[in-house]
Amino acid sequence: MNNKRTSLLQRFVAAPYTVWSVLFIVIPLVMVVYYTFTDSNGVFTTVNVAKLVEKEYLSIFARSVAYAFIATVVCLVIAFPLAYFISQTKPRTQKLAIMLTMLPMWTNLVIRTYSLGNLIEDTGVINTALGLLDNPIHMINTPFAVILGMVYNYLPFMVLPIHTVISKLDKNVIEASQDLGCNKFKVITKVILPLSKSGIVSGITMVFVPAISTFYISKKLGGTDNRLIGEVIEDSFLYSENWNFGSAISFVLMIIIMLSIAIVNKFSDDEEGGGMLL
Amino acid sequence: MNELSNGAFLRLQNISVKFDDDQILYNLSLDINEKEFVTLLGPSGCGKTTTLRILGGFVTPDSGDVLFEGKRINDVPPYERQINTIFQKYALFPHLNVFENVAFGLRVQKKPESEIKKTVNEMLELVNLKGFGKRDINSLSGGQQQRVSIARALAVKPRVLLLDEPLGALDLKLRKDMQVELKNIQQRLGITFIYVTHDQEEALSMSDTVVVMDNGRIQQIGTPLDIYNEPENAFVADFIGESNIIDGVMLEDFKASFAGKTFDCLDKGFNANEPVDVVVRPEDVDVVPVEKGMLSGEVTSVTFKGVHFEIIVDINGFKWMIQTTDYEPVGAKIGLYIEPDAIHIMKKSEYSGVFGDYSSYSDELEKLSENVEEENE
Repeated sequence: MNNKRTSLLQRFVAAPYTVWSVLFIVIPLVMVVYYTFTDSNGVFTTVNVAKLVEKEYLSIFARSVAYAFIATVVCLVIAFPLAYFISQTKPRTQKLAIMLTMLPMWTNLVIRTYSLGNLIEDTGVINTALGLLDNPIHMINTPFAVILGMVYNYLPFMVLPIHTVISKLDKNVIEASQDLGCNKFKVITKVILPLSKSGIVSGITMVFVPAISTFYISKKLGGTDNRLIGEVIEDSFLYSENWNFGSAISFVLMIIIMLSIAIVNKFSDDEEGGGMLL
Repeated sequence: MNELSNGAFLRLQNISVKFDDDQILYNLSLDINEKEFVTLLGPSGCGKTTTLRILGGFVTPDSGDVLFEGKRINDVPPYERQINTIFQKYALFPHLNVFENVAFGLRVQKKPESEIKKTVNEMLELVNLKGFGKRDINSLSGGQQQRVSIARALAVKPRVLLLDEPLGALDLKLRKDMQVELKNIQQRLGITFIYVTHDQEEALSMSDTVVVMDNGRIQQIGTPLDIYNEPENAFVADFIGESNIIDGVMLEDFKASFAGKTFDCLDKGFNANEPVDVVVRPEDVDVVPVEKGMLSGEVTSVTFKGVHFEIIVDINGFKWMIQTTDYEPVGAKIGLYIEPDAIHIMKKSEYSGVFGDYSSYSDELEKLSENVEEENE
């Protein structure tokens, strides 16, 4: 954007979004900050934030970061080869494969997660099908179940941006690397991987952010032993009605997310910046 | 198959390629010598780039063999061939700077750091980019990018360098400079260059051997002089330079009849009264007064070209192009004088009658068709 005066038309076109973002982003954010640093009487305090240092909350924060991190890594490990493989097929196959990747998204997250719960329950579809009802493989209410739910729900967000970047790579550049001595594996590590960095960064962001703040997946699949920070926020607002504490957690979570994204972006020091959020 | 090494450094033998239902190459055979500068010349879609890609290992022929020093390399992947390619659109690695682009092949080979540094600097100096190592690829002009891609390919010391219209994206002046530079590099390093272009001038000025292609077949192989002076058929005569190609009959050795007259010529070895195509280059015709001319006609168009005038003369309905330094106005009656050595006789071919008449000729048309050709490339 140039720094010249914006025209009337530009202002007019931008108006709806400006109103939208003020109403639903700026004001709520200001409110979150306000609640974070006040008590129930509206008096300034740092008690809400200080409370987070308590062991209980620290471990929940740590668990949230760890689960989201693991889920993101698993998504990346699955999505990169998948996206690469899809991009090597004919255009028509690519369209179909991408549609199949997207297909689960057509169902609501709540229903998807609920169904996944049904699949992995002790008396669920998997254990029934394997005939293990007497001595079931215990999956539900474990860290595995929560991470599985995250991967299952957010995998498409990793596949899509990576596929978009890989499918746009210049075929000549790939041929040039083969020409200069790269076998199939080295083509991937020396050319395709570094050139798809921007897609990988978007994918990481798009998986990590919802994964670290989810409450439904952990609640449905993780039971009481795998509470994540999202659940604590939900509880504060809906059940214990402590908006000030809920806001404080949200506020700290936001900072954690921003820091994580900043770190990821630091790792990908390319100037193209495709799909970066910060 | 491996026994076949009777000298040819690089050999294509009865190569056929089909993409889906399109036959791209028909039974193509070609021998290339070591240190030779060979140009594959032809219009777009003639199969020249496919031929190059077969040599590079990016296309596997449906039938036929590729032999490198007598060994069959059909199934050798690109990364194991001592053959490197300069791509038309440079294909530099956007995530690496100039130095790392040139060093790429050496790093893949895991060469020691000191050697990499030395070779890369040598190569950058060779292509006049000394001191550009730290520069970002995107900050370079087209000409500089092409130099980087040349340095990158040469750094791995290929035996053969394939060049796919490497100068196609550069402007005319830069293209001429780069032509000279490439030729110098080739002679200095003694590497076999196989060069693809649709620019006949480029082909003639740079090559040791020109391979003229059309429709997936080789039309003629020869030195630039051979190709220009002794074209094999009407396609070659038309594609290389300007030609008047006239329907004629070879009466006997050294005597040809065309345009209603009989001419002395230097060609022989045809059957008596064999129908032939006669080529007369526009610059080989002398304009003389009507009474002294072997042929005569009326000027229908004159174009000033700088060094000469290009005039179109109507002789019995066939439009000849003549290049002359004397101005002749439109409507003037002039005579034409043709020396025996200005006449070249060709056997009839599938291209007979397709080329060589300048009836529809105007500068405007020529420019249009040139533009189309470039867009297609």
